[in-house]
Amino acid sequence: MGTQQAGDAFLRNLDGLRGHTVASRPSWLGELRGAALGRFTRLGFPTTRQEEWRFTDLSRMLSIRFEPACGGASDGLASEAWALVHALPGPRVVLVDGHFRADLSVTAAGRGIVVDSLCRVLRDSPGLLAPHLAHYAPWREHPFVALNTGLATEGVFVQLAAGAVQEEPVHLVHLWTAAGKARVAHPRALILAEPNSRAAIVESYWGSHGSVSLTNAVTEIVVGRGAVLEHAKLQEEGDEAFHMATVQVHQQSRSSFTSHVVFLGGSLARNEINIRLEGRRCRCTLNGLYWARGRQHMDLRTRIDHAQPACASEELYKGILDERARGVFNGKIYVHRAAQQTDAKQTNRALVLSDQARVNTKPQLEIFADDVRCTHGATVGQIEPEAMFYLRSRGIAERRARQLLIWAFANDVVGRIGLAPLRTAVEQLLTAGDGLSVGPVAGRLP
Amino acid sequence: MLIVKNLHVRVGDKPILRGIDLEVHAGEVHAIMGPNGSGKSTLAQVIAGRDTYEVTQGEVYYEGVPLLEMEPEERAREGVFMAFQYPVAIPGLSNTRFLHAALNAIRKHRGLPELDAIDFLALIREKAAFLQMDAGLLERPVNEGFSGGEKKRNEIFQMAVLQPRLAILDETDSGLDIDALKIVANGVNSLRRPGRAFIVVTHYQRLLSYIVPDRVHVLYEGSIVRSGGKELALELEASGYGGLQRGAARDAAPALP
Repeated sequence: MGTQQAGDAFLRNLDGLRGHTVASRPSWLGELRGAALGRFTRLGFPTTRQEEWRFTDLSRMLSIRFEPACGGASDGLASEAWALVHALPGPRVVLVDGHFRADLSVTAAGRGIVVDSLCRVLRDSPGLLAPHLAHYAPWREHPFVALNTGLATEGVFVQLAAGAVQEEPVHLVHLWTAAGKARVAHPRALILAEPNSRAAIVESYWGSHGSVSLTNAVTEIVVGRGAVLEHAKLQEEGDEAFHMATVQVHQQSRSSFTSHVVFLGGSLARNEINIRLEGRRCRCTLNGLYWARGRQHMDLRTRIDHAQPACASEELYKGILDERARGVFNGKIYVHRAAQQTDAKQTNRALVLSDQARVNTKPQLEIFADDVRCTHGATVGQIEPEAMFYLRSRGIAERRARQLLIWAFANDVVGRIGLAPLRTAVEQLLTAGDGLSVGPVAGRLP
Repeated sequence: MLIVKNLHVRVGDKPILRGIDLEVHAGEVHAIMGPNGSGKSTLAQVIAGRDTYEVTQGEVYYEGVPLLEMEPEERAREGVFMAFQYPVAIPGLSNTRFLHAALNAIRKHRGLPELDAIDFLALIREKAAFLQMDAGLLERPVNEGFSGGEKKRNEIFQMAVLQPRLAILDETDSGLDIDALKIVANGVNSLRRPGRAFIVVTHYQRLLSYIVPDRVHVLYEGSIVRSGGKELALELEASGYGGLQRGAARDAAPALP
């Protein structure tokens, strides 16, 4: 089945999906949903004939008849998920199969801080959402964002009032339970960090092997003037999961935003992070790691719009590809005419461990200002023989040397995660957590 | 400890070593000097096990065992160590983690218990302090962002931790200022033992004022053209390598039995 026919089948199924959306009140929300679905119907699903989707073929995903997820009854959180939940004792919102679980969540309304399910906020204080929801993510242009905007039934709302400091990281947990049916959810997050606030937010996505699911997530983030926000997204869904996501970030002047994206799970997974630097003297740092094995397909995209002067962005994305995996990286930096004194640095590296693995990597710099410093570097390679020899010449066996070098390649990104509990959790996912004494022996390493 | 017999080595079609004979006994320090391109580093790397070189003729015995048949890690576990001329940077792997893996691989091979993190950290802190190495370098990624001098000192630090029986220093003096050179030389001298041998590969005599060799060999166009005592280094310092010619060997290395 081609993408077009598959998309049509998916669309025929749409009415069934629509029936499960929450009551479209207040009226602005109903109008928004209607407009977004209308937009989606016109856009259709992307095909590989479109440049942005050239290397990511959706036909297999679109041939699956997904049903809207029902709330998970089981508490079948993956043990790794629980470990991270317990390591992050702050406020959290847990969605199981796309549905909010109050019993597992620790919502907060500390001084100046709201962390809650989107539906509850919609019910109790929709006025908080109206000025922001769907004001940032590009639902008019992007079919999956449109679909999410039209169909999202649940999500997360985080608000930090001006000057508020949230000491403990906020954890947004998304979990798929095991199930025989193919299910879809469209989780939506809205994160508002008002001027001079400070917080760290972790989004984690977990699943069960052997269960088919589609997560179509949209996260909108506003980083107000002088605010400092660290955002991490960990995706460790099951081996038959599809994950399509857009993270849209708007930064106001003198704000600082750091993103960590770690993609390990899923069958086909794509993440787009778009940063708009809309005030002067913003800083943003984007770190990314993907590790694809088997027949996994991972597509990681970043776009940074330098719209105002004197902003700095720094980006490091790394991918590891093994077996028959396929990786796609696209990193765009767009420097608008007004954005003088832009300092932008992008690095992306791919480590290809097998003859059958492939990666397409494309840095794109579009610069319309003249007083800027922009650098980018992209490499695709294998393990360096010089490094192998160096390790072996110190007594480390060949296989172990290879493991350590793969670990080092990944850890160069993981080590930049400032939140120690998250860093540890990621290290454990990568290595089975055997610590300093013996180093990585199992886990993902060959 | 080390016997090199008629060693011929090439890279691609290019012969680099053309019949090296060398015998190093436990407790000795041998210096290998020679102009750029004479094959000094090739000899060091072949002994350490680098596979980009092709040995076309000759043999190398280490403690009576044919060395060339051993993998680089086996050589290391048996006590061969080379301080690299160009140490490799490994972003993402801390010096500590790297060296801990190395030391435990070697200890395990020797039938010694592996060191846990606490004992290991105590050991490396002591060694680092002795070499006046900034303790901050221990947690940094291996050689990443290290200055030239820090990299060379890190090699000697690894040697002090791993305690080899045969240590080859490949141009460890290049890029060192005089203070760093003295610290490195002190480190090496403190590791001199009756049971341990050193091969010091260097372009200049300077290092040999601090690490005084028992024997000096001059390598020229892939052959040892002269061998002598420590005074040979001084002589070369005065006369330079210009006067050397292939086949003009005086006092050459004694023929091996």
